[in-house]
Amino acid sequence: MSEAQIKSLEEEFEARIARDEKIEPKDWMPEKYRKTHIRQMSQHAHSEIVGMLPEGNWISRAPSLRRKVALLAKVQDEGGHGLYLYSATETLGITRDEMFQQLHSGKAKYSSIFNYPAVTWADIGAIGWLVDGAAIINQVALCGTSFGPYARAMVRICKEESFHQRQGYEITLKLAQGTPEQKAMAQDALNRWWWPSLMMFGPKDDESPNTAQSMKWKLKRKTNDELRQQFVDQTVPQAELIGLTIPDPELKWNEEKQGYDFGEIDWDEFWQVVKGHGPCNKERMKARVSAWENGEWVRDAAIVYAEKQQDKKLNKAV
Amino acid sequence: MKKEWPLWEVFVRSKNGLEHRHFGSLHAADAEMALENARDVYTRRNEGVSIWVVESKNITASNPEHNAELFEPAQDKVYRHPTFYDLPDEIKHM
Repeated sequence: MSEAQIKSLEEEFEARIARDEKIEPKDWMPEKYRKTHIRQMSQHAHSEIVGMLPEGNWISRAPSLRRKVALLAKVQDEGGHGLYLYSATETLGITRDEMFQQLHSGKAKYSSIFNYPAVTWADIGAIGWLVDGAAIINQVALCGTSFGPYARAMVRICKEESFHQRQGYEITLKLAQGTPEQKAMAQDALNRWWWPSLMMFGPKDDESPNTAQSMKWKLKRKTNDELRQQFVDQTVPQAELIGLTIPDPELKWNEEKQGYDFGEIDWDEFWQVVKGHGPCNKERMKARVSAWENGEWVRDAAIVYAEKQQDKKLNKAV
Repeated sequence: MKKEWPLWEVFVRSKNGLEHRHFGSLHAADAEMALENARDVYTRRNEGVSIWVVESKNITASNPEHNAELFEPAQDKVYRHPTFYDLPDEIKHM
């Protein structure tokens, strides 16, 4: 294809997206669109899968059967969401094994939030309330994204996520209404998860160079700072209602903008964790890699069994 | 031996009276495992009463680049639509 032809294809492609048409896997697409989507979608899938780890740790220690079945169902959902996203990404021509390879080698990233430890039961409340809350805000915006398989996966995921946030808030609420020790535990979890949750929306707009392109492709509908503001505005009253305090002395209602002003995020910490120096980066990857490696014989055996059954069928037919 | 489990496409009938609809795909070693995985991945909230799985490699898909040859011939056949025919206004129910 000549350069002029590619240019006209690209223009037509951008025009389709601007008209709100969806792009499907077999449609022509610019190489950069394909690569950006593989990167973002696989990282999203990895986040779901790694996200099972901090919570999975608490399934066997949930304080009641009610909490246990809910947490089990939530963690299973995260696994399911990872699977929707992996298969949606595969439509772009990357294999599942290649994606795992990229995760395990550290080439692909996942959401940094999962590199923080869940040290008490109250953390399970804070994760559902804050981390899933922040994730929902990001994901609702993606339901209308331009790549069909991604948008469809997001619609399913958003439908399922709202229970995640509600179960987290309920846990926090009950602790906040409990003994002074329980309330202190809820406050402590909020203190530790608040800032990392704000970091989930990514760097500030003026340090987010891909925003313009992502907006065009509808990978983003709002900027990082807009989404972060939305999260703060919706979460602060939820904390107040149950008598917990947001750990930010600069937090203040701004009548003029009809939103909260809030303090500066510790961006050094943000970049440290992104670069692999968070409290649990190594532990998370170790758990993932060992699950993959220890499961290898099962995957291989299942293939051999399937082939054997297939051969038996063929032989019978002869 | 480094073989990936094959990819399967999953179709789910959400209730009797409706057709099976494509829900997504998944990996499984064989058809039976594909059905079981589809149950866990795509119907955790009563989304279905029946599941079909088919190995993705068995699906033949049209190429969107050939959409013109494939679908345009239908575009100039307006006589296939009821509005093509002029009838007097007095005629009802037709």
